Amino acid sequence: MSEGNLTMGHGAGVMEESPFSIPSSKLVMWLFIISDACTFGAVLMAYGYIRNSAADWPLVFESASIWNALLMTFILVSSSLTVLFAVKAAKADDRQAAFRWTMITAAGGILFALLHIREWMTLIGEGVRPFQNPWGAPMFGATFFSVTGLHMAHVVGGVVALIVVGSGYKAGRYASKHIEIWALYWHFVDLVWMFVVPLIYLLNMKR
Amino acid sequence: MSANNSNSMGTTYIVYGVILAIAVIQVVVAMTMGPSIGRMLILAVIQAYLAVMFFMHLRDEKATLRLALIPGTLFVLVMLNMIWADSFRLISMKPFVK
Repeated sequence: MSEGNLTMGHGAGVMEESPFSIPSSKLVMWLFIISDACTFGAVLMAYGYIRNSAADWPLVFESASIWNALLMTFILVSSSLTVLFAVKAAKADDRQAAFRWTMITAAGGILFALLHIREWMTLIGEGVRPFQNPWGAPMFGATFFSVTGLHMAHVVGGVVALIVVGSGYKAGRYASKHIEIWALYWHFVDLVWMFVVPLIYLLNMKR
Repeated sequence: MSANNSNSMGTTYIVYGVILAIAVIQVVVAMTMGPSIGRMLILAVIQAYLAVMFFMHLRDEKATLRLALIPGTLFVLVMLNMIWADSFRLISMKPFVK
């Protein structure tokens, strides 16, 4: 091993190639995603545990709420598509297009969060609180606000990250891999919503 | 997305359409046949599989990465299901009924 190899930054040239053939920052995002998947799994299981053990669980969501949830799904899945456009543009080194698509994705996230807040305000207006509601099992509000609140926190965090990384990429502070890594996160937020809709909204639909 | 990305945007559009179609099917099934947990979860898992493989491009990554990520996560999520026995014990005790 030559001295030149040993003095290269971060041990490059000395260390073996990654067994996964991806940058370490991308691997870190994957590890965060699987740990976050377990967190959401645990929160949804806790919701299921409480729902299953409550004798008078309320079925509260009318068709307007269901269609609203479907609209939110459309917005979130579409934003997954727009973030893919951003990644494609970033890989082609088209900084303007990557910035534009990243901002469109962030706008989708903001619209999603606003629709969600409207849903929360409707329920709060009907008297739902974390530990009480007019209809039945008092823990309904706690589980609904916990699951959807945790997801909304991820959406808001993702929006901030996309704006920072998108602007930074346009200004030359970040590389295309940063857009790609945060796109992974954004897809994960979308993926979690695919479980929240059936488990929280559809199972608690008024019949 | 790896350098040997085999996904064309055409595939991405198809996956996008299928995921949205499943979301609509979920709602229609819930409204017409009732929201059975089994049916809802099967459809959600199909959506999640498509999102992970095609949007997150896990299918284009090396098999070692898929092996490092998927079995461990599924193991944890499956093991979480051990709570259900206790949940059913609680319902038979009806703890929230006055």
